[in-house]
Amino acid sequence: MSALVKSSLARKWVMALSGLFLVVFLTQHFVINITSVIAPDTFNEWSHFMGYNPLVQYVAQPILLGGLIVHFVMGIILELQNNKARPVKYAQFSGNSNSQWVSRNMIITGLVVLAFLGLHMYDFWAHEMQYKYISFLEEDSTRYYAETVAKFQPVWRTVIYVISFILLAMHLWHGFNSSFQSMGLKSVRKGEGIKKFCYAWSILIPAGFILIALYHHFNPLTA
Amino acid sequence: MKLTLKIWRQAGPDQKGKLVTYPLDGVDGDMSFLEMMDILNEELVNKGEEPVEFDHDCREGICGSCNMMINGQPHGPQKLTTTCQLHMRKFNDGDTITIEPWRAAAFPVIKDLIVDRTSFDRIQQAGAYVSVNTSGNTQDANAIPIEKAKADEAFHSATCIGCGACVAACKNASAMLFTSAKVSQYALLPQGEVEATQRVQNMVRQMDIEGFGNCTNTGACMVECPKGIKLENIARMNREYLKAETIG
Amino acid sequence: MAVLDSKVPQGPLAEKWVNHKNTINLVNPANKRNIDVIVVGTGLAGGSAAATLAELGYNVKTFCYNDSPRRAHSIAAQGGINAAKNYQGDGDSDYRLFYDTIKGGDYRSREANVYRLAEVSSNIIDQCVAQGVPFAREYGGLLDNRSFGGVLVSRTFYAAGQTGQQLLLGAYSALNRQINRGKVQPFNRHEMLDLVVVDGKARGIIARNLVTGEIERHGAHAVVIASGGYGNVFFLSTNAMGSNVMAAWRTHRRGAYFANPCYTQIHPTCIPVSGEHQSKLTLMSESLRNDGRIWVPKKKEDAEAIRAGKLRGVDLKEEDRDYYLERRYPAFGNLVPRDVASRAAKERCDAGYGVNKTGNAVYLDFAASFLRYGKVEALTSGNKNATEQEMIALGKKVIEKKYGNLFDMYRNITDENPYEVPMKIFPAVHYTMGGLWVDYNLQTTVPGCFAAGEANFSDHGANRLGASALMQGLADGYFVLPYTIGDYLANEIRTGEIPTDSPEFEQAEKDVRNRIEKLMNASGTHSVDYYHKKLGLIMWNKCGMSRNAEDLQKAMDEIKELREDFWKNVKIPGSANTKNQELEKAGRVADFLELGELFAKDALTRNESCGGHFREEYQTEEGEALRDDENFAFVSAWEYNENPRDAKLHKEDLVFENVELKTRSYK
Repeated sequence: MSALVKSSLARKWVMALSGLFLVVFLTQHFVINITSVIAPDTFNEWSHFMGYNPLVQYVAQPILLGGLIVHFVMGIILELQNNKARPVKYAQFSGNSNSQWVSRNMIITGLVVLAFLGLHMYDFWAHEMQYKYISFLEEDSTRYYAETVAKFQPVWRTVIYVISFILLAMHLWHGFNSSFQSMGLKSVRKGEGIKKFCYAWSILIPAGFILIALYHHFNPLTA
Repeated sequence: MKLTLKIWRQAGPDQKGKLVTYPLDGVDGDMSFLEMMDILNEELVNKGEEPVEFDHDCREGICGSCNMMINGQPHGPQKLTTTCQLHMRKFNDGDTITIEPWRAAAFPVIKDLIVDRTSFDRIQQAGAYVSVNTSGNTQDANAIPIEKAKADEAFHSATCIGCGACVAACKNASAMLFTSAKVSQYALLPQGEVEATQRVQNMVRQMDIEGFGNCTNTGACMVECPKGIKLENIARMNREYLKAETIG
Repeated sequence: MAVLDSKVPQGPLAEKWVNHKNTINLVNPANKRNIDVIVVGTGLAGGSAAATLAELGYNVKTFCYNDSPRRAHSIAAQGGINAAKNYQGDGDSDYRLFYDTIKGGDYRSREANVYRLAEVSSNIIDQCVAQGVPFAREYGGLLDNRSFGGVLVSRTFYAAGQTGQQLLLGAYSALNRQINRGKVQPFNRHEMLDLVVVDGKARGIIARNLVTGEIERHGAHAVVIASGGYGNVFFLSTNAMGSNVMAAWRTHRRGAYFANPCYTQIHPTCIPVSGEHQSKLTLMSESLRNDGRIWVPKKKEDAEAIRAGKLRGVDLKEEDRDYYLERRYPAFGNLVPRDVASRAAKERCDAGYGVNKTGNAVYLDFAASFLRYGKVEALTSGNKNATEQEMIALGKKVIEKKYGNLFDMYRNITDENPYEVPMKIFPAVHYTMGGLWVDYNLQTTVPGCFAAGEANFSDHGANRLGASALMQGLADGYFVLPYTIGDYLANEIRTGEIPTDSPEFEQAEKDVRNRIEKLMNASGTHSVDYYHKKLGLIMWNKCGMSRNAEDLQKAMDEIKELREDFWKNVKIPGSANTKNQELEKAGRVADFLELGELFAKDALTRNESCGGHFREEYQTEEGEALRDDENFAFVSAWEYNENPRDAKLHKEDLVFENVELKTRSYK
């Protein structure tokens, strides 16, 4: 880790790679979630697989957690270093005239998303831990859909989810596209295509998550 | 036109500075921004006060000396323009203009608006050259043809004037655009290839030692660069750096 | 009057340099490590000299007033650099470049030096390409050339409109490499205030650290002055604001002769002065004259109406326009050399035909080119029936490709769109051919003190050709000085380190401190700029594009008076122990106030017209320059006197063995 932190360019690489890894995870997460809207049975099936497959549980999950920690620890280190690089601030600084607000405030959107992750872990991960390892309840491959829909019944939780995903979209808007620049993959020719794809993805995926949350909120299970 | 100027005054490197307000009358639209400053300084000198110190030299937008943060923007509101080429017709009668020095740990203030940019020199000294002696026996200039597109790109990267606006504009005070422009120039030319590995490593190391911030790809540097140096240079340097660190 | 020894080697012209290099003394590598050299100025000449000397093994200290060597004013050169490569196969050769330079200089330069310059010109291009200087290239990947300054071959290498920048950054990179190796110690934000001479030899300098105000002593076995020209004696010029004569003048005061101070190049295509507040002038590349036509109104009343803002030049009918260069010089038209074009513009404006509010501007009109290029463009793109409007639009695009950045710069400065209305231009001080007298080895009359680049007088005679300044700076720094300085230093290998506590250093530092104290303690009535502007006006009005004996005499008196007033009444706020730009300026202006008088004296002494020096008394019936080869084929080298008017003249006779002296004619 210390070797990585030494060079500013290596830090960029770490940030980009861990971010891209999280993007891949997010895509996978979205694909599973969208089935809860279009095919509840498939949702149940896949969720069960994710919850009980040992490869997922004991290999993929720790890697994910590691990636997440690297990303946010590095993000905070970068922020602290960058603050040190300008000890005396400008009396007047018109950042909006040369860059997007989101690109300058990744730490804000990032911390909000991090806080949201706390809630999200409490809602689902903590619940799973309780179910599996504390209450020692039996495997039930049909419970996930109902539990998910139930979670979205309180207005406050749905609102927090919606807001968080908007901030995630902002975070991704800069971060996803930026990671290609950090890894030096962009050339003048390919740059525009990558940029368009990243921007589209950054809007569509969080919007999809928002839709899923709203869908479940407005379609409670009556049974 | 009449203006209110708020200018950073600082007597020396270790002294505390502050914004001081100066009213200024008789400014003409045809004046350059620095000529406006000349008028203020002439007034200050005539009153027996110390004039505002600022770096400037060619006043043609090429030497890279002038460096003023004008209303929160490096070199002021006009894009692709140095402070010396900014003209007062871009401002209106009654405007208040805030003028500050570049702010960065790696650019400490010397006096008033003058900052020490020798950190840029040291980055260049770390590797921005081709190790060829002046013998007069180098091969003929046309011995190695270079694809025009590449030569043009190298030239464009080489047009950086080293003013530091990229650092000033960057919220992280990062010097990536400056450093990468030079790395790119040599990376694009066959003459630079031989030393490419050490060059990028040494220059990046020096850049970090100087205390510039990390690049977070906000792109502000390119927008504020008076010469329009492109972000592609940074991508190229990232690439060159990875190559250097992995393949060698 | 003593005759100066130029030390030009014997033998045929083309063999002089090679033979000289073969026979001069060398310093062995182990001894070079024990020898220190100071280089003052880090532009093309100083930067390249410092880098090369360090490569050879000498210990080098560089001094520049900027915060970085990269900001020297060489950076502002636009057009290009000449070299006799003959890549275009158009018959170029070392001899042709030599001949063009001698002729362009109006036969007032030293043959052997100019030939050497032409000879090493090709090496410069090779060296720069090897360093990674990105010159413009053709689609085949080979170097591109353009033609320049009315010569008959295409020998100018360029990098868009920023050739000076790219060459300077090349020299700066070579310098950086040596700084990184510890062979060059850079002293940036330092100004040389005096030369220290011990036992008749240059042994170091006194410099002021411009940040702390400290006065420092630096010893060395040789001192190289590469501090550029003195065009800022005119206050308004295309030079950088800080460009000054101090290093050269301090050297002059310590015994180096100053040569041909009156040879000044006034460049015809600059943006005119817009008002009193103007601080500097901006050049528009000479290349614009390839496509622009220069004119003023035929009728005085039209000119008056234009000046009053009642009439627009663009609306003036063709028959009411006076294309005076085409009228006076049908053979060369708008492409006459710089000195001729400048004088012609002044003549028209003095006669009352100027076209901006100050009356000092002429038009540079691209309308004809828009149409000419547009027509070709329309035909080649298959539009055989294009309207004039369409053709003009197409032509503007062609011009934009060629000169877009210049047009943008013009628009930015003047707020006028040169695609719609003709540009206004006026001549401005650009380059000084005069400078420290040097022999063939670039050594001044003080042993151990050398001068390179614009700071010396050596290669351009009375008028410099376009794209030759960059060539000379790099030739001196990369390929001449590093060899010739060895000839002197070979006798210094036993000298040992130069102590800086000798009485001479003591005295020089004392002199410097006294001078600063005197400036700081003047009565404080007028600012430095007040004096500089006044001096500039005297110079421009009486020693400018055309001169006469009466005005020159007056100028000498006025400058003397101004100088005395300056020392009594200049006002410098702040202290000498910190960064103090007013004190820096004052030191420079004090020297300009001496140089200005010598300048006028030199012009007064030279009773002929040649190149940039035009004496109204010496002209042909058609108003052309009248040279006097019988009486004035010499270099004027002035020995310092406290009263510049009493400076002693030494003559170096110019011997022309290889070219025949002819009258330049452009008709």
